[in-house]
Amino acid sequence: MNETLLKISGLKADADGKEILHGIDLEIGPGEVHVLMGPNGAGKSTLGNALMGHPSYEITGGRILFGGKDITDESVEMRARDGLFLSFQSPVEIPGVTVADLIRTAAEALTGKRIFLADFRKRLYEKMDFLRMEREWAQREVNVGFSGGERKKAEILQLLMLEPSLAILDETDSGLDVDAVRTVSAGVEAFCSDGKKSLLIITHSARILEELKVDKTHVLVDGKIVDEGDAGLAASIIQDGFTRYEKA
Amino acid sequence: MKQKTFVDDINRELYDFRYEEKDYFRVRSGLDRAVVEEISSEKNDPQWMHDFRLRSLEIYNRMPVQNWGPSIDGLDMDNIVTYVRPNTGMSAKWSDVPDEIKETFEKLGIPKAERQSLAGVGAQYDSELVYHNVRKEVEEQGVIYTDLESALHGPYQEMIRDHFMKLVPPTDHKFAALHGAVWSGGSFVYVPAGVKVEIPLQSYFRLNAKGAGQFEHTLIIVDEGADLHFIEGCSAPKYNVANLHAGCVELYVRKNAKLRYSTIENWSKNMYNLNTKRALVAEGGSMEWVSGSFGSHVSCLYPMTILEGEEASMNFTGITFAGEGQDLDTGVKVVHNAPHTTSSIGTRSISKSGGVSTFRSSVQITARAKKARASVSCQSLMLDEISRSDTIPSMDIRTGDADIGHEARIGRISDEAVYYLRSRGLSEEDARAMIVTGFCESVSRELPLEYAVEMNNLIRLEMKGSIG
Ligand SMILES: Nc1ncnc2c1ncn2[C@@H]1O[C@H](COP(=O)(O)OP(=O)(O)OP(=O)(O)O)[C@@H](O)[C@H]1O
Ligand SMILES: [Mg+2]
Repeated sequence: MNETLLKISGLKADADGKEILHGIDLEIGPGEVHVLMGPNGAGKSTLGNALMGHPSYEITGGRILFGGKDITDESVEMRARDGLFLSFQSPVEIPGVTVADLIRTAAEALTGKRIFLADFRKRLYEKMDFLRMEREWAQREVNVGFSGGERKKAEILQLLMLEPSLAILDETDSGLDVDAVRTVSAGVEAFCSDGKKSLLIITHSARILEELKVDKTHVLVDGKIVDEGDAGLAASIIQDGFTRYEKA
Repeated sequence: MKQKTFVDDINRELYDFRYEEKDYFRVRSGLDRAVVEEISSEKNDPQWMHDFRLRSLEIYNRMPVQNWGPSIDGLDMDNIVTYVRPNTGMSAKWSDVPDEIKETFEKLGIPKAERQSLAGVGAQYDSELVYHNVRKEVEEQGVIYTDLESALHGPYQEMIRDHFMKLVPPTDHKFAALHGAVWSGGSFVYVPAGVKVEIPLQSYFRLNAKGAGQFEHTLIIVDEGADLHFIEGCSAPKYNVANLHAGCVELYVRKNAKLRYSTIENWSKNMYNLNTKRALVAEGGSMEWVSGSFGSHVSCLYPMTILEGEEASMNFTGITFAGEGQDLDTGVKVVHNAPHTTSSIGTRSISKSGGVSTFRSSVQITARAKKARASVSCQSLMLDEISRSDTIPSMDIRTGDADIGHEARIGRISDEAVYYLRSRGLSEEDARAMIVTGFCESVSRELPLEYAVEMNNLIRLEMKGSIG
């Protein structure tokens, strides 16, 4: 597999007039699993949001190619329709909108096709059962009154239902109890089991990676990629932290 | 680009189409004794009603226009036609209704809704009811659902005389007096003691004629221990001449009876909607209001409930949506006049593109109303910087043991929420519409399904082009 799915080159991004990403280069191929690590405040979430097109981040340099197409100036929704998905570090509440409504509307928006309720429900319940979510959950308002762990599960449910070609998981594993991590990991594994879907996993811990075959690890410090390696790099950072990258 | 929606796409034409008035009977515009006499004889009023109209006209002539609330200067009574009768009688068979009127209601989904889930339907076109039908099994329970005019000549005339404009007397305000003088059409419903009507009754008002007023009167009496859900829908196409709606709704909820009154009003943006609704609730009775106010240029709408008997209760769920050029002044009044009465008011209001939405709540607890409980919660959403949303609460409490709650919140659409939905593939417009629909969910969940769908459609329609 030689063609790249995502190709970021020289990406610079500002928030509030301050540069946060100082020129990022990163490539992900189809079916690949990449890990992005870095200390708090390094710019990991900013990178995820810049890729998704968050209006608060201004791209001041570089390009983003996705599936061979330049999406640097594309709207958020077009990127989503292209096949990009972001599992949020802190997903927001949408009062009055149910989880089922959100996912069905999203699926229709992404595919441009009408989805019949019965088919939709059947698939939704399958995925919910798989993620050990009570079915009543489908009728709860999106993230309203959800615990931190529940919010992350709801993100993974969307991931499984919407089947993007590249998913960015921003600390989807943090704040989860032992069982929940296992369930979420199983969900992520199921997502990429066909070997065609790609992942960029932002994480501080090893557990979500255990069942996955990691192709590459990137280390982000102060808005720059400072190191790259294979699965072993992720393991050694989880062990030793980022002190090795501190400026002398 | 293709539109993606979570409810069916609609366009304004659904409501804005209109038909020519062919050979319709119209009184001349403006209002004087001769016009009222003409309406009265055209309608073949009993003497008392004839006299009542003329008394109301006198009151109308000497009463000043209210000096608060939105301006109604754009309303010139000399140009309003108070009575327009379509060229047809009333029919109980849908096939007998004239084609263009039938088409109007079919576009609005009325007979379809009836086939699906209603116990009875009335359809009013301009000033007169053109269609009326009640399911046999409901009729067999002794339920009376008819137009008010027929009822005035039938076995229930005494009952009507005892209740008509007793809750809302013509002296109440200038437009109540106007209503008393020129009222036409509307419904009379009587549910006998102990009868539970399982499926809702519906009436639909369509004001088609240009520069006309609609003054329908709805009188509902739910007798002891009975139970009814009544739904009212209203719409009108847009003309460049002001139209007026000054209807009146009087609801009597007897001992231990229950009435739910749901309304979706969707007036054209040149309508002055000055409607008066009032309910009187006896001991143990329960009154539930569900109200959606869309459209109109100016609305003044303050449904009032008088909790007259011990343990009577009232629940109000409502929404208003004020867009460009609209001044919607709505509110709820409740009077607790007996011990252990309870009321709960929950409303949502939305304003955009310079629309003004004002919500007035008035809770009155008299000295008799020991241990009354009342709660008021209003939430407003402003979709941009130029729109306005105000809440004006008033409480008058004459007991020492009342349990009162009040909460008002004004907010805006969260940018992060819009981003979140867009990241799931929704366009910005759809994202905002979904957030607004969610905001209104506490109201739509109270509506029958077709109406909830219609309300969501209206929200989508109002949200169109709401971005930059
Ligand atoms: N919208 C914004 N406005 C201003 N500053 C921002 C904004 N978003 C991020 N920043 C700043 O950019 C830096 C990077 O933040 P980011 O959230 O990307 O870090 P992170 O690597 O995801 O950290 P963590 O591991 O804590 O999640 C931080 O200093 C943060 O305060
Ligand atoms: Mg982060």
